[in-house]
Amino acid sequence: MRPFDYRRADDIDGAVAMLALNPSAAFLGGGTNLVDHLRLGVTAPDLLVDVTRLGLDRIEPLADGGVRVGGTVRNSDLAADRLVRERYPVLAQALLSGASGQLRNLATTGGNLLQRTRCVYFQDVTTPCGKREPGSGCSALRGYQRYHAILGASSACIATHPSDMAVAMAALDAVVRVRGRDGERAVPLTDFHRLPGDEPQRDTVLQHGELITAVDLPPLPEGMRSRYRKVRDRASYAFALVSVAAVLDVRDGTVADVRIALGGVAHKPWRASVAERELRGAPATADSFRRAADAELAAAEPVEGNAFKVPLVRGTLVAVLRELSEETAR
Amino acid sequence: MDAVEVEVSLRVDGRQRRLTLDTRTSLLDALRERLGVTGPKKGCDHGQCGACTILLDGRRVNSCLALAVAHDEAEITTVEGLADGDTLHPLQESFVRHDGFQCGYCTPGQICSAVGMLTEAEAGWPSAVSADLTAPVELTDAEISERMSGNLCRCGAYAGIVPAIAEVAR
Repeated sequence: MRPFDYRRADDIDGAVAMLALNPSAAFLGGGTNLVDHLRLGVTAPDLLVDVTRLGLDRIEPLADGGVRVGGTVRNSDLAADRLVRERYPVLAQALLSGASGQLRNLATTGGNLLQRTRCVYFQDVTTPCGKREPGSGCSALRGYQRYHAILGASSACIATHPSDMAVAMAALDAVVRVRGRDGERAVPLTDFHRLPGDEPQRDTVLQHGELITAVDLPPLPEGMRSRYRKVRDRASYAFALVSVAAVLDVRDGTVADVRIALGGVAHKPWRASVAERELRGAPATADSFRRAADAELAAAEPVEGNAFKVPLVRGTLVAVLRELSEETAR
Repeated sequence: MDAVEVEVSLRVDGRQRRLTLDTRTSLLDALRERLGVTGPKKGCDHGQCGACTILLDGRRVNSCLALAVAHDEAEITTVEGLADGDTLHPLQESFVRHDGFQCGYCTPGQICSAVGMLTEAEAGWPSAVSADLTAPVELTDAEISERMSGNLCRCGAYAGIVPAIAEVAR
């Protein structure tokens, strides 16, 4: 690990200014991903700016019925929050299915979003990886592919974003509030992470020095039910092979509204907008759900080692929609 | 860039400790290598095994992923601070009674994790296997296994660990 300086920021503007002055500086939240990457030699900033004491650790109801989640709210506090458990079960379930109790106690909301999109080759500095060293190629294209992308990948990178929380937030139409030198901006969560294209080194649309101050969750209309389902290689404490976050409203046997996001399938949380279009106004039946899943997966480009994910996504998505439709039918 | 040294103050198992550290030092290395508190164990050093689990301001965390400099003035409890003199913590006693270990390397992390987990359950925190997110927590074996999944035991002593925790929990 290369030496680095450490500063604790006292206010948001100060934190942003410290990064603006130093292109090699990084924000430090819970550290669960960053400290690991420092140790692995994946990254080597020369200054860490600690942003955990900026008063961004609150969860507040918004006037419109939504909820504002501060950027440094710990994952465990967010999952345990009453408002979140009652209004956004999909988010509580996603958080609780991620990492371990110990990690959730450290990890922050902003840090969870900013954990690196990654794979085993990214974390192994002895292997080529264009995300770690731009232009060095992708080892996964001829290597271990079990956890890799089937949607939106490029020849430069087939890694997946491992967050569960972000998948639920994508389905909830969450908005990321960001503070930079030029003030504040709001980025829809579905636009926050990037597809790799020919710049796999860029995971998100954030500029250097921009700080996540909060994530806003819009209110869910009355009657909407939500759920998160994660499929993995062991029962707990493992990344998703695939996951589904869904929000559904069924009226008179017809899909009135639906939002779906997929995890473990792409460089970013994957909003399944093709499936959603297919479903709105359609009968809430297993046939419709299968057709919608197939429509979304028509764009899938699996590689040899992850072809199993196409039927796995289809089956998981249909199962989640069926469960939700049985709960919401009225 | 040369190594950067900083002053850090920690309260460890009830004792105030002051030390000068390289910013790169994890809480785990500060405890083990600098303060001689070797209860917390270094297993993977990547947050994957839980052997380094301590209570940081009352919450269980992986001390290998926490930079000591970021936790100045923190209150830390390791497995060494759980007993009251010669009287073991109820979880320590229960692990002995139920044979909750073989080689013992994961045990300090298991026990600290269990202490933190019981506090979380008491506060009503649900888990990934809780059917109802807002109902009071009942610590079934399935709940204990899920909530303790951040602590691996390569000897496979789970058959003793789960009942050891269950006895204290119920």
